[in-house]
Amino acid sequence: MRSVSIVGIGQIPVGEHWELSVRHIAYHAIAEALEEAGTEQVDALFVGNMLSGSLLSQEHLATLIADFSGLRNVEAAKIESACASGASALRIGHMAVASGMHDVVVVCGVEKMTDTSGESTTAGLATAADAEYEAAHGVSFVGLNALIMQRYMYEFDVPSDAFAGFSINAHRNGAKNAHAMFQKPISLDAYLNAPMIATPINIMDSSPVCDGAAAAVLVASEQAGTYVTGHHPGAVQILASASANDTIALHDRKDPLFLEAAYVSSQKAYVQSGVTPADVSFFELHDAFTIMSALSLEATGYARRGEGWHLAADDAIGPDGKIPISTLGGLKSRGHPVGATGMYQVVEAVQQLRGEAGQGQIGSASVGMTQNIGGSGATIVTHILGG
Amino acid sequence: MSIASLWRTRQQRYSLQGEICPECHQAIFPPRDVCPHCSEAAGPLHTMSGRGEVYSYTKMFNVPDGFLAQRPYTVALVKLEEGPMVTAQLTDITDEDVEIGMPVEMVTRKLREEGDGGEIVYGYKFRPVLAAAD
Ligand SMILES: [Zn+2]
Repeated sequence: MRSVSIVGIGQIPVGEHWELSVRHIAYHAIAEALEEAGTEQVDALFVGNMLSGSLLSQEHLATLIADFSGLRNVEAAKIESACASGASALRIGHMAVASGMHDVVVVCGVEKMTDTSGESTTAGLATAADAEYEAAHGVSFVGLNALIMQRYMYEFDVPSDAFAGFSINAHRNGAKNAHAMFQKPISLDAYLNAPMIATPINIMDSSPVCDGAAAAVLVASEQAGTYVTGHHPGAVQILASASANDTIALHDRKDPLFLEAAYVSSQKAYVQSGVTPADVSFFELHDAFTIMSALSLEATGYARRGEGWHLAADDAIGPDGKIPISTLGGLKSRGHPVGATGMYQVVEAVQQLRGEAGQGQIGSASVGMTQNIGGSGATIVTHILGG
Repeated sequence: MSIASLWRTRQQRYSLQGEICPECHQAIFPPRDVCPHCSEAAGPLHTMSGRGEVYSYTKMFNVPDGFLAQRPYTVALVKLEEGPMVTAQLTDITDEDVEIGMPVEMVTRKLREEGDGGEIVYGYKFRPVLAAAD
Protein backbone atom coordinates (compact mmCIF):
# COMPACT_ATOMS: atom_id res chain seq x y z
CA MET A 1 0.00 0.00 0.00
CA ARG A 2 1.20 3.49 -0.85
CA SER A 3 1.23 6.26 1.69
CA VAL A 4 -1.29 9.01 0.76
CA SER A 5 -0.96 12.78 1.20
CA ILE A 6 -3.26 15.78 0.88
CA VAL A 7 -1.83 18.44 -1.46
CA GLY A 8 -4.81 20.78 -1.76
CA ILE A 9 -7.80 21.84 0.34
CA GLY A 10 -10.86 23.99 -0.29
CA GLN A 11 -13.97 25.03 1.63
CA ILE A 12 -16.90 27.41 1.42
CA PRO A 13 -17.93 29.28 4.58
CA VAL A 14 -20.62 27.25 6.37
CA GLY A 15 -24.00 28.99 6.50
CA GLU A 16 -27.35 29.45 4.80
CA HIS A 17 -26.49 29.71 1.11
CA TRP A 18 -29.95 30.38 -0.36
CA GLU A 19 -28.33 32.02 -3.39
CA LEU A 20 -26.31 28.92 -4.29
CA SER A 21 -27.29 25.38 -5.24
CA VAL A 22 -25.55 22.18 -4.19
CA ARG A 23 -23.49 22.12 -7.40
CA HIS A 24 -22.21 25.66 -6.79
CA ILE A 25 -21.04 25.10 -3.24
CA ALA A 26 -19.38 21.79 -4.16
CA TYR A 27 -17.59 23.40 -7.10
CA HIS A 28 -16.37 26.25 -4.88
CA ALA A 29 -14.59 23.77 -2.59
CA ILE A 30 -13.30 21.55 -5.42
CA ALA A 31 -11.96 24.47 -7.47
CA GLU A 32 -10.13 25.88 -4.45
CA ALA A 33 -8.57 22.48 -3.66
CA LEU A 34 -7.48 21.85 -7.26
CA GLU A 35 -6.09 25.37 -7.55
CA GLU A 36 -3.97 24.79 -4.47
CA ALA A 37 -2.79 21.41 -5.77
CA GLY A 38 -1.94 23.10 -9.06
CA THR A 39 -3.60 20.43 -11.19
CA GLU A 40 -6.63 19.99 -13.41
CA GLN A 41 -5.88 16.35 -14.12
CA VAL A 42 -7.77 14.07 -11.77
CA ASP A 43 -8.66 10.39 -11.99
CA ALA A 44 -11.70 10.36 -9.75
CA LEU A 45 -14.13 12.44 -7.71
CA PHE A 46 -15.68 10.90 -4.61
CA VAL A 47 -18.52 12.88 -3.05
CA GLY A 48 -19.64 12.44 0.55
CA ASN A 49 -23.30 13.40 0.93
CA MET A 50 -26.29 12.21 2.92
CA LEU A 51 -29.46 14.07 1.95
CA SER A 52 -29.39 15.15 -1.72
CA GLY A 53 -31.97 12.51 -2.63
CA SER A 54 -34.45 13.19 0.16
CA LEU A 55 -34.11 17.01 0.42
CA LEU A 56 -33.18 18.04 -3.13
CA SER A 57 -34.65 15.19 -5.22
CA GLN A 58 -31.17 14.94 -6.70
CA GLU A 59 -29.29 11.66 -6.75
CA HIS A 60 -26.44 10.78 -9.10
CA LEU A 61 -24.84 13.65 -7.25
CA ALA A 62 -21.15 12.96 -7.91
CA THR A 63 -21.66 12.98 -11.67
CA LEU A 64 -23.73 16.17 -11.46
CA ILE A 65 -20.91 17.84 -9.53
CA ALA A 66 -18.16 16.41 -11.77
CA ASP A 67 -20.06 17.67 -14.82
CA PHE A 68 -20.52 21.15 -13.32
CA SER A 69 -16.85 21.22 -12.24
CA GLY A 70 -15.58 20.37 -15.72
CA LEU A 71 -14.33 16.95 -14.61
CA ARG A 72 -15.30 14.81 -17.62
CA ASN A 73 -14.28 11.23 -18.31
CA VAL A 74 -13.33 10.64 -14.71
CA GLU A 75 -14.74 8.18 -12.19
CA ALA A 76 -17.41 9.87 -10.05
CA ALA A 77 -19.39 8.26 -7.23
CA LYS A 78 -21.32 9.38 -4.16
CA ILE A 79 -20.61 7.74 -0.81
CA GLU A 80 -23.37 7.79 1.80
CA SER A 81 -23.15 6.79 5.45
CA ALA A 82 -25.35 9.40 7.12
CA CYS A 83 -23.39 12.11 8.96
CA ALA A 84 -20.19 10.08 8.43
CA SER A 85 -20.50 10.40 4.63
CA GLY A 86 -17.66 12.93 4.38
CA ALA A 87 -15.01 10.85 6.14
CA SER A 88 -16.31 7.69 4.44
CA ALA A 89 -15.72 9.35 1.07
CA LEU A 90 -12.19 10.27 2.18
CA ARG A 91 -11.58 6.63 3.09
CA ILE A 92 -12.65 5.52 -0.40
CA GLY A 93 -10.35 8.16 -1.94
CA HIS A 94 -7.56 7.01 0.37
CA MET A 95 -8.04 3.38 -0.67
CA ALA A 96 -8.06 4.32 -4.36
CA VAL A 97 -4.72 6.12 -4.14
CA ALA A 98 -3.10 3.76 -1.61
CA SER A 99 -3.92 0.76 -3.79
CA GLY A 100 -2.40 2.37 -6.87
CA MET A 101 -5.76 2.27 -8.66
CA HIS A 102 -5.71 6.07 -9.03
CA ASP A 103 -2.98 8.70 -8.77
CA VAL A 104 -4.99 11.89 -8.19
CA VAL A 105 -8.35 11.84 -6.41
CA VAL A 106 -10.59 14.69 -5.30
CA VAL A 107 -12.84 14.06 -2.31
CA CYS A 108 -15.64 16.53 -1.63
CA GLY A 109 -18.11 16.49 1.24
CA VAL A 110 -21.20 18.55 0.49
CA GLU A 111 -24.64 19.14 2.03
CA LYS A 112 -27.49 21.54 1.27
CA MET A 113 -29.93 21.52 4.19
CA THR A 114 -31.59 24.94 4.05
CA ASP A 115 -33.63 24.55 0.85
CA THR A 116 -36.35 22.69 2.78
CA SER A 117 -38.52 23.44 5.84
CA GLY A 118 -37.16 22.63 9.28
CA GLU A 119 -39.58 19.71 9.63
CA SER A 120 -38.58 18.18 6.28
CA THR A 121 -34.90 18.49 7.17
CA THR A 122 -35.58 16.95 10.59
CA ALA A 123 -37.41 14.07 8.88
CA GLY A 124 -34.54 13.69 6.40
CA LEU A 125 -31.97 13.49 9.20
CA ALA A 126 -34.09 10.86 10.95
CA THR A 127 -33.49 8.54 7.97
CA ALA A 128 -30.05 7.86 9.50
CA ALA A 129 -31.92 5.83 12.14
CA ASP A 130 -33.89 2.58 11.70
CA ALA A 131 -36.91 3.72 9.66
CA GLU A 132 -39.27 0.98 10.85
CA TYR A 133 -38.31 0.81 14.52
CA GLU A 134 -36.97 4.27 15.45
CA ALA A 135 -38.13 7.00 13.04
CA ALA A 136 -41.62 5.45 12.75
CA HIS A 137 -42.16 6.39 16.41
CA GLY A 138 -41.45 10.07 15.87
CA VAL A 139 -37.99 10.18 17.38
CA SER A 140 -35.76 12.78 15.73
CA PHE A 141 -32.01 12.75 15.58
CA VAL A 142 -31.83 15.22 18.42
CA GLY A 143 -34.26 12.96 20.27
CA LEU A 144 -31.94 9.95 20.02
CA ASN A 145 -29.02 11.97 21.37
CA ALA A 146 -31.28 13.30 24.11
CA LEU A 147 -32.10 9.72 25.15
CA ILE A 148 -28.37 9.05 25.49
CA MET A 149 -27.72 12.29 27.41
CA GLN A 150 -30.62 11.79 29.84
CA ARG A 151 -29.43 8.30 30.73
CA TYR A 152 -25.79 9.44 30.98
CA MET A 153 -26.74 12.18 33.46
CA TYR A 154 -28.75 9.68 35.48
CA GLU A 155 -26.19 6.87 35.48
CA PHE A 156 -23.12 9.01 36.24
CA ASP A 157 -24.89 11.60 38.42
CA VAL A 158 -23.91 14.47 36.12
CA PRO A 159 -25.13 18.03 36.85
CA SER A 160 -27.22 19.81 34.22
CA ASP A 161 -24.57 22.45 33.40
CA ALA A 162 -21.81 19.84 32.97
CA PHE A 163 -21.83 20.05 29.19
CA ALA A 164 -21.68 23.84 28.93
CA GLY A 165 -17.89 23.84 28.54
CA PHE A 166 -18.09 21.94 25.24
CA SER A 167 -20.39 24.54 23.73
CA ILE A 168 -18.45 27.50 25.14
CA ASN A 169 -15.13 26.09 23.84
CA ALA A 170 -16.57 25.47 20.37
CA HIS A 171 -17.95 29.00 20.07
CA ARG A 172 -14.78 30.58 21.48
CA ASN A 173 -12.76 28.73 18.80
CA GLY A 174 -15.28 29.29 16.01
CA ALA A 175 -15.01 33.04 16.61
CA LYS A 176 -11.48 32.73 15.17
CA ASN A 177 -12.54 30.87 11.99
CA ALA A 178 -13.68 32.93 8.99
CA HIS A 179 -15.39 29.82 7.56
CA ALA A 180 -17.48 29.19 10.69
CA MET A 181 -21.25 29.72 10.73
CA PHE A 182 -21.25 31.31 14.20
CA GLN A 183 -18.24 33.54 14.83
CA LYS A 184 -19.22 34.73 18.30
CA PRO A 185 -18.30 33.45 21.77
CA ILE A 186 -21.20 32.53 24.05
CA SER A 187 -21.56 32.99 27.81
CA LEU A 188 -22.49 30.42 30.44
CA ASP A 189 -25.75 32.35 30.89
CA ALA A 190 -26.58 31.99 27.20
CA TYR A 191 -26.07 28.23 27.56
CA LEU A 192 -28.11 27.94 30.74
CA ASN A 193 -31.03 29.94 29.31
CA ALA A 194 -31.13 28.31 25.87
CA PRO A 195 -34.51 26.81 24.89
CA MET A 196 -34.94 23.03 24.88
CA ILE A 197 -35.11 21.09 21.59
CA ALA A 198 -35.50 17.67 23.18
CA THR A 199 -34.87 17.48 26.92
CA PRO A 200 -32.15 17.63 28.19
CA ILE A 201 -30.65 18.92 24.89
CA ASN A 202 -30.97 22.67 24.42
CA ILE A 203 -30.11 24.76 21.38
CA MET A 204 -26.60 25.41 22.72
CA ASP A 205 -25.95 21.65 23.04
CA SER A 206 -26.85 21.14 19.40
CA SER A 207 -25.11 21.88 16.11
CA PRO A 208 -27.02 23.94 13.53
CA VAL A 209 -28.70 23.01 10.25
CA CYS A 210 -26.68 24.63 7.44
CA ASP A 211 -25.08 24.33 3.99
CA GLY A 212 -21.44 23.60 3.30
CA ALA A 213 -18.82 21.94 1.13
CA ALA A 214 -15.19 21.06 1.76
CA ALA A 215 -12.72 19.21 -0.45
CA ALA A 216 -9.22 17.76 -0.57
CA VAL A 217 -6.90 16.51 -3.31
CA LEU A 218 -5.19 13.20 -2.57
CA VAL A 219 -2.01 11.88 -4.20
CA ALA A 220 0.59 9.24 -3.36
CA SER A 221 3.04 10.70 -0.81
CA GLU A 222 5.97 9.70 -3.04
CA GLN A 223 4.50 11.94 -5.77
CA ALA A 224 3.53 14.81 -3.46
CA GLY A 225 6.76 16.66 -4.35
CA THR A 226 5.44 17.16 -7.87
CA TYR A 227 2.60 19.25 -6.46
CA VAL A 228 4.25 20.82 -3.47
CA THR A 229 6.39 23.45 -5.22
CA GLY A 230 6.94 27.18 -5.06
CA HIS A 231 4.59 28.85 -2.59
CA HIS A 232 2.71 25.64 -1.83
CA PRO A 233 2.11 25.35 1.92
CA GLY A 234 3.15 21.68 2.00
CA ALA A 235 1.67 18.22 1.94
CA VAL A 236 -0.03 16.58 4.90
CA GLN A 237 0.18 12.82 5.19
CA ILE A 238 -2.76 10.56 6.09
CA LEU A 239 -1.17 8.43 8.81
CA ALA A 240 -4.28 6.34 9.50
CA SER A 241 -7.75 5.79 8.11
CA ALA A 242 -10.17 3.45 9.88
CA SER A 243 -13.88 2.83 10.16
CA ALA A 244 -16.09 0.67 12.36
CA ASN A 245 -19.79 0.16 12.80
CA ASP A 246 -22.30 -0.68 15.52
CA THR A 247 -26.01 -1.52 15.56
CA ILE A 248 -28.00 1.00 13.54
CA ALA A 249 -30.63 1.39 16.26
CA LEU A 250 -29.63 2.97 19.55
CA HIS A 251 -31.97 0.57 21.40
CA ASP A 252 -29.97 -2.45 20.16
CA ARG A 253 -26.61 -1.33 21.63
CA LYS A 254 -25.07 -3.51 24.29
CA ASP A 255 -24.28 -0.28 26.14
CA PRO A 256 -26.01 2.82 24.70
CA LEU A 257 -23.61 5.03 26.69
CA PHE A 258 -20.41 3.74 25.07
CA LEU A 259 -19.37 4.49 21.47
CA GLU A 260 -17.93 1.09 20.66
CA ALA A 261 -17.44 2.02 16.99
CA ALA A 262 -15.36 5.04 18.10
CA TYR A 263 -13.30 2.78 20.34
CA VAL A 264 -12.70 0.23 17.57
CA SER A 265 -11.97 2.71 14.78
CA SER A 266 -9.64 4.83 16.95
CA GLN A 267 -7.79 1.72 18.16
CA LYS A 268 -7.31 0.64 14.53
CA ALA A 269 -6.07 4.15 13.70
CA TYR A 270 -3.64 4.20 16.64
CA VAL A 271 -2.19 0.85 15.50
CA GLN A 272 -1.92 1.91 11.83
CA SER A 273 -0.12 5.14 12.66
CA GLY A 274 1.86 4.12 15.72
CA VAL A 275 0.39 7.21 17.39
CA THR A 276 -0.93 7.12 20.98
CA PRO A 277 -3.62 9.41 22.39
CA ALA A 278 -0.88 11.40 24.16
CA ASP A 279 0.85 12.11 20.81
CA VAL A 280 -2.24 13.78 19.32
CA SER A 281 -1.86 17.58 19.24
CA PHE A 282 -5.57 18.24 18.64
CA PHE A 283 -8.74 16.22 18.09
CA GLU A 284 -11.52 17.29 15.72
CA LEU A 285 -14.30 15.19 17.22
CA HIS A 286 -17.95 14.93 16.19
CA ASP A 287 -19.61 17.42 18.54
CA ALA A 288 -23.03 17.35 16.83
CA PHE A 289 -24.32 17.37 20.41
CA THR A 290 -22.33 18.09 23.58
CA ILE A 291 -23.01 14.56 24.87
CA MET A 292 -21.19 13.19 21.80
CA SER A 293 -18.06 15.15 22.77
CA ALA A 294 -18.05 13.48 26.17
CA LEU A 295 -18.67 10.00 24.73
CA SER A 296 -16.03 10.46 21.98
CA LEU A 297 -13.36 11.47 24.51
CA GLU A 298 -14.23 8.42 26.62
CA ALA A 299 -14.13 5.97 23.69
CA THR A 300 -10.84 7.24 22.21
CA GLY A 301 -8.75 7.05 25.37
CA TYR A 302 -8.92 10.55 26.89
CA ALA A 303 -11.30 9.91 29.77
CA ARG A 304 -12.76 7.05 31.75
CA ARG A 305 -16.36 6.03 31.22
CA GLY A 306 -18.74 8.64 32.61
CA GLU A 307 -15.94 11.20 33.07
CA GLY A 308 -15.60 12.78 29.60
CA TRP A 309 -17.48 15.87 30.78
CA HIS A 310 -14.77 16.57 33.40
CA LEU A 311 -12.44 17.54 30.54
CA ALA A 312 -14.83 20.34 29.56
CA ALA A 313 -15.33 21.46 33.15
CA ASP A 314 -11.53 21.64 33.63
CA ASP A 315 -11.03 23.31 30.22
CA ALA A 316 -8.62 20.54 29.23
CA ILE A 317 -10.22 20.84 25.77
CA GLY A 318 -9.21 24.48 25.16
CA PRO A 319 -6.49 25.52 22.68
CA ASP A 320 -3.84 25.24 25.42
CA GLY A 321 -5.39 22.26 27.17
CA LYS A 322 -4.33 18.62 27.40
CA ILE A 323 -6.41 17.70 24.34
CA PRO A 324 -7.67 20.67 22.29
CA ILE A 325 -10.95 19.83 20.51
CA SER A 326 -13.15 21.64 17.97
CA THR A 327 -10.20 23.97 17.39
CA LEU A 328 -11.91 25.95 14.63
CA GLY A 329 -15.40 25.76 16.08
CA GLY A 330 -16.33 22.12 15.62
CA LEU A 331 -19.78 21.07 14.48
CA LYS A 332 -21.38 23.37 17.07
CA SER A 333 -19.92 26.67 15.87
CA ARG A 334 -18.38 26.05 12.43
CA GLY A 335 -21.62 24.19 11.64
CA HIS A 336 -22.72 20.66 10.74
CA PRO A 337 -23.67 20.37 7.06
CA VAL A 338 -23.99 16.65 7.66
CA GLY A 339 -22.37 14.93 4.64
CA ALA A 340 -19.74 17.68 4.41
CA THR A 341 -18.72 17.66 8.07
CA GLY A 342 -16.12 14.88 7.86
CA MET A 343 -14.30 16.83 5.14
CA TYR A 344 -14.44 20.13 7.07
CA GLN A 345 -12.77 18.31 9.97
CA VAL A 346 -9.99 17.09 7.66
CA VAL A 347 -9.55 20.45 5.91
CA GLU A 348 -9.27 22.16 9.32
CA ALA A 349 -6.76 19.54 10.49
CA VAL A 350 -4.66 20.29 7.39
CA GLN A 351 -4.86 24.03 8.18
CA GLN A 352 -3.65 23.34 11.74
CA LEU A 353 -0.82 21.06 10.61
CA ARG A 354 0.38 23.57 8.03
CA GLY A 355 0.31 26.33 10.65
CA GLU A 356 -2.34 28.15 8.61
CA ALA A 357 -5.18 28.22 11.13
CA GLY A 358 -4.73 31.93 11.82
CA GLN A 359 -6.16 33.11 15.15
CA GLY A 360 -7.28 29.56 15.86
CA GLN A 361 -3.80 28.08 15.43
CA ILE A 362 -2.82 25.46 18.04
CA GLY A 363 0.80 25.73 19.19
CA SER A 364 3.10 22.93 17.92
CA ALA A 365 0.44 21.05 15.97
CA SER A 366 2.20 17.97 14.61
CA VAL A 367 -0.44 15.22 14.74
CA GLY A 368 -4.16 15.74 14.26
CA MET A 369 -7.02 13.27 14.72
CA THR A 370 -10.46 13.64 13.13
CA GLN A 371 -13.51 11.53 13.95
CA ASN A 372 -16.79 11.57 12.03
CA ILE A 373 -19.92 9.87 13.40
CA GLY A 374 -22.87 8.60 11.38
CA GLY A 375 -26.21 8.02 13.07
CA SER A 376 -26.37 7.76 16.85
CA GLY A 377 -22.91 6.13 16.83
CA ALA A 378 -23.56 3.46 14.18
CA THR A 379 -20.72 4.37 11.77
CA ILE A 380 -17.56 6.00 13.09
CA VAL A 381 -14.59 6.94 10.92
CA THR A 382 -11.24 8.01 12.39
CA HIS A 383 -8.36 9.64 10.52
CA ILE A 384 -4.94 10.61 11.85
CA LEU A 385 -2.94 13.20 9.92
CA GLY A 386 0.64 14.36 10.26
CA GLY A 387 2.88 17.04 8.80
CA MET B 1 -43.31 3.90 5.84
CA SER B 2 -45.03 2.53 2.76
CA ILE B 3 -48.26 0.49 2.81
CA ALA B 4 -46.24 -2.66 2.08
CA SER B 5 -43.83 -1.98 4.90
CA LEU B 6 -46.71 -1.24 7.29
CA TRP B 7 -48.32 -4.55 6.35
CA ARG B 8 -45.07 -6.50 6.76
CA THR B 9 -44.43 -5.11 10.25
CA ARG B 10 -48.03 -5.29 11.57
CA GLN B 11 -47.39 -8.14 14.03
CA GLN B 12 -44.46 -6.21 15.49
CA ARG B 13 -46.37 -2.94 15.79
CA TYR B 14 -49.65 -4.45 17.05
CA SER B 15 -48.37 -7.16 19.38
CA LEU B 16 -44.59 -6.80 19.87
CA GLN B 17 -43.98 -10.08 18.12
CA GLY B 18 -40.32 -11.03 18.39
CA GLU B 19 -38.40 -14.27 18.76
CA ILE B 20 -36.64 -16.48 21.29
CA CYS B 21 -33.28 -17.71 20.00
CA PRO B 22 -33.28 -21.54 19.96
CA GLU B 23 -29.52 -21.54 20.58
CA CYS B 24 -28.90 -19.01 23.38
CA HIS B 25 -32.55 -18.59 24.50
CA GLN B 26 -32.38 -14.79 24.52
CA ALA B 27 -35.40 -12.76 23.45
CA ILE B 28 -35.10 -10.75 20.22
CA PHE B 29 -37.25 -7.85 19.00
CA PRO B 30 -38.02 -7.32 16.15
CA PRO B 31 -37.46 -10.74 14.53
CA ARG B 32 -34.10 -11.15 12.81
CA ASP B 33 -32.57 -13.80 10.58
CA VAL B 34 -29.39 -13.91 12.66
CA CYS B 35 -29.38 -13.81 16.47
CA PRO B 36 -27.55 -10.63 17.61
CA HIS B 37 -26.38 -12.40 20.77
CA CYS B 38 -24.89 -15.67 19.45
CA SER B 39 -24.91 -15.21 15.63
CA GLU B 40 -26.81 -18.48 15.08
CA ALA B 41 -29.99 -18.63 13.00
CA ALA B 42 -32.64 -16.78 15.02
CA GLY B 43 -35.61 -18.64 16.14
CA PRO B 44 -39.29 -19.25 16.62
CA LEU B 45 -41.68 -16.33 17.00
CA HIS B 46 -42.50 -15.17 20.48
CA THR B 47 -44.87 -12.40 21.52
CA MET B 48 -43.49 -10.10 24.21
CA SER B 49 -45.57 -9.43 27.32
CA GLY B 50 -45.61 -5.68 26.68
CA ARG B 51 -44.31 -4.90 30.15
CA GLY B 52 -41.08 -3.08 30.76
CA GLU B 53 -39.44 -0.05 32.33
CA VAL B 54 -38.19 3.32 31.14
CA TYR B 55 -34.44 3.21 30.43
CA SER B 56 -34.35 6.81 29.22
CA TYR B 57 -36.74 9.45 27.91
CA THR B 58 -36.90 12.83 26.20
CA LYS B 59 -39.62 15.40 25.71
CA MET B 60 -39.36 16.52 22.10
CA PHE B 61 -40.28 20.06 21.04
CA ASN B 62 -38.86 20.04 17.48
CA VAL B 63 -40.36 17.08 15.66
CA PRO B 64 -40.26 15.56 12.16
CA ASP B 65 -42.90 15.94 9.45
CA GLY B 66 -45.87 13.69 10.17
CA PHE B 67 -45.77 14.27 13.94
CA LEU B 68 -46.44 18.01 14.19
CA ALA B 69 -49.98 17.68 15.55
CA GLN B 70 -48.78 15.70 18.59
CA ARG B 71 -45.93 17.95 19.66
CA PRO B 72 -44.55 18.16 22.22
CA TYR B 73 -44.41 14.46 23.03
CA THR B 74 -42.22 12.14 25.04
CA VAL B 75 -40.16 9.37 23.47
CA ALA B 76 -38.55 6.67 25.58
CA LEU B 77 -36.21 3.75 25.41
CA VAL B 78 -38.22 1.00 27.07
CA LYS B 79 -36.42 -2.07 28.39
CA LEU B 80 -38.87 -4.95 27.96
CA GLU B 81 -39.01 -7.49 30.79
CA GLU B 82 -37.85 -10.19 28.35
CA GLY B 83 -34.64 -8.19 27.66
CA PRO B 84 -34.88 -6.33 24.35
CA MET B 85 -35.08 -2.53 24.32
CA VAL B 86 -37.50 -0.61 22.07
CA THR B 87 -37.94 3.03 21.07
CA ALA B 88 -41.53 4.23 21.55
CA GLN B 89 -43.64 7.17 22.63
CA LEU B 90 -45.02 7.37 26.14
CA THR B 91 -48.70 8.13 26.46
CA ASP B 92 -51.24 8.85 29.23
CA ILE B 93 -48.58 10.76 31.17
CA THR B 94 -48.00 14.17 32.63
CA ASP B 95 -44.52 15.71 32.76
CA GLU B 96 -44.06 14.94 36.43
CA ASP B 97 -44.85 11.28 35.91
CA VAL B 98 -41.86 10.26 33.85
CA GLU B 99 -38.71 8.96 35.45
CA ILE B 100 -36.04 6.43 34.64
CA GLY B 101 -36.98 3.00 36.02
CA MET B 102 -40.72 3.70 35.85
CA PRO B 103 -42.73 0.54 35.03
CA VAL B 104 -44.71 0.85 31.79
CA GLU B 105 -46.96 -1.33 29.66
CA MET B 106 -47.70 -1.43 25.96
CA VAL B 107 -50.87 0.03 24.48
CA THR B 108 -51.91 0.40 20.84
CA ARG B 109 -52.30 3.95 19.60
CA LYS B 110 -52.23 5.96 16.39
CA LEU B 111 -48.53 6.66 15.81
CA ARG B 112 -48.55 9.60 13.42
CA GLU B 113 -50.61 11.76 11.10
CA GLU B 114 -51.95 10.08 8.01
CA GLY B 115 -49.48 9.50 5.22
CA ASP B 116 -49.93 10.61 1.61
CA GLY B 117 -51.98 7.50 0.89
CA GLY B 118 -54.35 8.28 3.79
CA GLU B 119 -53.17 5.24 5.74
CA ILE B 120 -53.63 5.41 9.50
CA VAL B 121 -50.58 4.02 11.27
CA TYR B 122 -51.23 2.19 14.52
CA GLY B 123 -48.54 0.78 16.72
CA TYR B 124 -47.18 0.43 20.22
CA LYS B 125 -46.82 3.19 22.74
CA PHE B 126 -46.24 2.70 26.46
CA ARG B 127 -48.13 4.06 29.46
CA PRO B 128 -47.41 3.95 33.18
CA VAL B 129 -48.60 0.72 34.79
CA LEU B 130 -51.76 1.72 36.62
CA ALA B 131 -51.87 0.78 40.28
CA ALA B 132 -55.56 -0.10 39.95
CA ALA B 133 -54.77 -2.53 37.17
CA ASP B 134 -52.44 -4.66 39.31
ZN1 LIG C 1 -28.84 -16.55 20.09
